[in-house]
Amino acid sequence: MRLSSKTITLLGLAVVIAIAPVFFPSSFYYRVGSLIFVNGLAVTGLVILIGYAGQISLGHAGFAGIGAYACALAPVHLGLHPALAAVLGAVLSGIIAWLVGRPILRLKGYYLAVASLGFGVLVSMVLANEAAITGGPDGMAVEDPGLRGALKAIGIDLSNTEFWYAFSGLVLVIGAWLALNLYHSPTGRALRALHGSEVAARAVGIDVAGYKLKAFVISAVYASVSGSLLALQNKFITPDVAGFMHSIEMVTMTVLGGAGSVIGAILGAAILTILPQILTVFQEYEQLLLGLVMMLVMIFMRDGLLPSIARRLRRGGE
Amino acid sequence: MPELMQFFLSGITDFAQGEFVMLGGMITVFAFEAGLPLPLAALIAILGTAVIGVALNRLAIEPARGAPVVSLIIITIGASIFIRGVTQIVFDKQIHRFPAFSGDAPIAVGGATILPQSLWVIAGALAVFIGLWLFFTRTLIGRAVLATANNRIAAQLVGINTKFIMTLSFAMSAAIGALAGVLVTPITLTSYDIGISLALKGFAAAMLGGMGNPKGALVGGLLLGILEAMTAGYISSQYKDAAAFVVILAVLFAMPQGLFGRKQTDRV
Repeated sequence: MRLSSKTITLLGLAVVIAIAPVFFPSSFYYRVGSLIFVNGLAVTGLVILIGYAGQISLGHAGFAGIGAYACALAPVHLGLHPALAAVLGAVLSGIIAWLVGRPILRLKGYYLAVASLGFGVLVSMVLANEAAITGGPDGMAVEDPGLRGALKAIGIDLSNTEFWYAFSGLVLVIGAWLALNLYHSPTGRALRALHGSEVAARAVGIDVAGYKLKAFVISAVYASVSGSLLALQNKFITPDVAGFMHSIEMVTMTVLGGAGSVIGAILGAAILTILPQILTVFQEYEQLLLGLVMMLVMIFMRDGLLPSIARRLRRGGE
Repeated sequence: MPELMQFFLSGITDFAQGEFVMLGGMITVFAFEAGLPLPLAALIAILGTAVIGVALNRLAIEPARGAPVVSLIIITIGASIFIRGVTQIVFDKQIHRFPAFSGDAPIAVGGATILPQSLWVIAGALAVFIGLWLFFTRTLIGRAVLATANNRIAAQLVGINTKFIMTLSFAMSAAIGALAGVLVTPITLTSYDIGISLALKGFAAAMLGGMGNPKGALVGGLLLGILEAMTAGYISSQYKDAAAFVVILAVLFAMPQGLFGRKQTDRV
């Protein structure tokens, strides 16, 4: 039964992604859609960290920054293909997450939040200050990976926004598939066990520190890939991608939709990506609104939007 | 003397604490610019921030009591982002200061010079340190605060009004944060977004000294301040703020208990 619910979830996601363009009145909507997928991917990683393992990070934008700048810098300095640069960024993020995560995951609660925040601050500081390499606060251009051209060569001709919509959507479905698989794997069970009680998890022989680190590294790779995707489709990148507010946005998206549910969190990403597009005042009130959403969701719907609604529906159906 | 500010902040591990410092400075700035005398403006800022602290407890933290730690953290992070957002709209995004209490002419002490405002900061830090020490050791209500912090249910069982104690603690920590903001703003300047880096520094100082140890916090704060000044002097002033994070990492690697901390044990 469980397996089928996973398949249904993934199929549902894929179908929504594939069908949505039918209702798009203009190419702008493809752009918003691919932004949703990029954010959704980062948020899926945070579901593993926050929802499965019960750890918090306010520094994941730092990993998005590493992924993004890998795509910008590696082609220039190492002569790497931008797509390979994204892989390099993901590997680098994983290694850095492993190095940083090992000490800071000893911390709990607020302390972990603050320490991870420090990491994010450090990354954005380096990106903004090393202007000779990164272009500083003005950002830098990113080479086109030429994937669209490759598709054209085999007869599939997509516009730029259409291509990135499809490609980010595909990556998101793969990311969601991996995250859902992880949920029911022994690793996923171990993560959920230590979320419930670290002491109890340790008592049944779970390597608590090791699994926390695993969740941290996996979520960092997700964030990095999402940063790379953003850089490649924008063809331009600024240190804002690694900024504190981006970390906050990610966490807010995750808890809004439901940190324990991949689809819920993607829904959260969709809501908070679309809102600024339809509410022009959102920009000005962004911090106020994000803060309010975080507080209200945690007070009134602790599991997030989707799980809370699902529970209500189930209760109503009985 | 920004290092002394660390002392104010340390020991308090709440995200919102940095925002209280920011509010203390910002409210004073705008009350002062509206024409109020500086002492009155500072008083309004401290009382106003205390009220905000109490409101935060009543409206956001009390309703979620019993929630998992992750939820509570997200609430306080949300609260501090919210406070930033509101400040940015009610006031503005500029960097502000108000005049130092006793002028800006530096006082020469031997070969060194010190700003008069730094003396105010030192005096303020000492006053708060001594005041808190007396409060916690000599007054019944101070002990009730300690008891509640230690074990809320046990405190309730011996007849402590824990709800009132929680309100009082939030009011006090907000007021102390605001006082710190009032004292340091003439030196460090203030703007709506300084709270986060203050929270980071305060935490680094507390970690360096050893968690939950006031003496350690004071020493940790001083050390961090010196480290920051050295980073700015020898490496680059742009990386001054990175010192806090590097300290956190170094402490975690080398001596997780901090300089004066005791080994922590978990209760099951």
